[in-house]
Amino acid sequence: MSKTRKKKTSKKWERVDGRKPDELRPIHIESGVLPNADGSAYIEMGRNKIMAGVYGPREMHPKRLSKPNQGVLRCRYHMAPFSVDPRRSPAPSRRDNEISMVMRDALEPALFLERYPRSVIDVYVEIIQADGGTRCASINAAAVALADAGIPMKDLVASVAVGKYEDKLIIDLGDYEDKKGQSDLPVAYMPKFDKVTLLQMEGIMTQEETEEAVKMAVEGCKKIYEIQKETLKKKYGMVQGEAAAAEDLPEEQPESSEEAEEPTEDNKPTEEEEQ
Amino acid sequence: MSNNIVSKLKRKKIEEVIKTGKRMDGRDLLQYRDWQIKTGFLEKPEGSAEVRLGKTHVVVGVKAGIGTPFEDSPDEGVMMVNAEFTPIAHPTWEPGPPPDEAIELARVVDRGLRAAEVLNMEELGLVSGEKVQMVFVDLYILNYDGNLIDACSAGALAALSTAEIPDFKVSKGEITQKDKKKKLKLRAHPIAATVVKIGDEFIVDATVDEEEVMDGRITVTLDENGNINAMQKMGAIGFSVDEIKKCINIASEKAAEIRAKVMAVTNG
Repeated sequence: MSKTRKKKTSKKWERVDGRKPDELRPIHIESGVLPNADGSAYIEMGRNKIMAGVYGPREMHPKRLSKPNQGVLRCRYHMAPFSVDPRRSPAPSRRDNEISMVMRDALEPALFLERYPRSVIDVYVEIIQADGGTRCASINAAAVALADAGIPMKDLVASVAVGKYEDKLIIDLGDYEDKKGQSDLPVAYMPKFDKVTLLQMEGIMTQEETEEAVKMAVEGCKKIYEIQKETLKKKYGMVQGEAAAAEDLPEEQPESSEEAEEPTEDNKPTEEEEQ
Repeated sequence: MSNNIVSKLKRKKIEEVIKTGKRMDGRDLLQYRDWQIKTGFLEKPEGSAEVRLGKTHVVVGVKAGIGTPFEDSPDEGVMMVNAEFTPIAHPTWEPGPPPDEAIELARVVDRGLRAAEVLNMEELGLVSGEKVQMVFVDLYILNYDGNLIDACSAGALAALSTAEIPDFKVSKGEITQKDKKKKLKLRAHPIAATVVKIGDEFIVDATVDEEEVMDGRITVTLDENGNINAMQKMGAIGFSVDEIKKCINIASEKAAEIRAKVMAVTNG
């Protein structure tokens, strides 16, 4: 197989799906997709299909897990049995537990947990279909879901992996590249603070390559960050428009910036009351 | 995990001392506690190591067995790493299913060994799709005073590199055990080194008190050629790209030091 590929691409090195080394897979995020959840998001990143739901801040059960001086962020990463080939057991694996943990560490720096003593914010992520890089896609969806829940955030968290495949650094590895690659380095990043909140690596890379890979992932995260913001703007821009209509205000706001800001201000409390 | 009021006081004190370039126990910021590594001190397992790092005390046992291979790798042996947090190791540790920290510890150590391709898995295959040799690495924590990843990673390498596993003859799908055991051949010697961030300072080999007040940490596993095999960031903070670079540099230097200590024991 590798032979035929080499023949075809003897002139120029190419990725399995023809992407450039620093080109992300198509990403589509939608927020507010679960009516029962306080916040939710659905992401398609390549062939990954992932649903994230946020409940809370709410009372912690069991109580002993609560903290007297701050809230607790609890993440659960879970794969549907049919999300991979062959079918996997629905019971959480050690891998799932570890990913849940690193996801929490990746998202927590974006929150103001000190505002919610004795409470919990639950982030549930269900992998409906897996296609490599599920933990990164999950973080992308979870960050949008947290924002969708109206939970104040310092910043969104965007995430993507960089890996080494056929001795080249490539971003956002698909399943095939992930399995056949030499290494995999998932990163999550908060652009506003220029901080990496998830960093894992497995494989073989030199120290220089590793540093290069981190930088490449950060650049990818910045692109995903824009998509996340667009997703939220799309939904909340619409809500804002609806609210304006309900108050008999014209949708096209007057030029005055003061007045233009008003509906936003009015809108925010209603948003939170809905929770 | 623990009482936050005490932790805040502790944190203040620990931070104050660290700012002066020293630690509560008098160490420098980038200084490990004393390593005591012993191998082959148990008869039952195929390989064993005992690591004492200050008051942290772990025993690593390597057991070999025969099992069925995974579907997607019918000719390859199986290596499994498991960590046990025994209730005798710390007052807050209880019997029961492994906590997340134990799972993470086992997986980080496992990832380092696996990514470095320490064992030649194909050599452990016996009958394709049916029987393979399995190597179990059990990390047993007897006393917990911080920095379990580094202690266990060194212990696992020491135990594996001195392990002797049963040797088999395979003919027509029949397996017969040879009289002599064979040495487990290691293809690389990865070592994990963990850099802990407290306030603006970076330290290595954190004690349990330091871990309790730390902001976060990055574990980097490197092989003898200075290549990175695994990384893991922990804790609810972010690291800048420059900080990550700094951690890699520190870990690279420290891993080499630890490896020299392990090799001195396993070769002698």
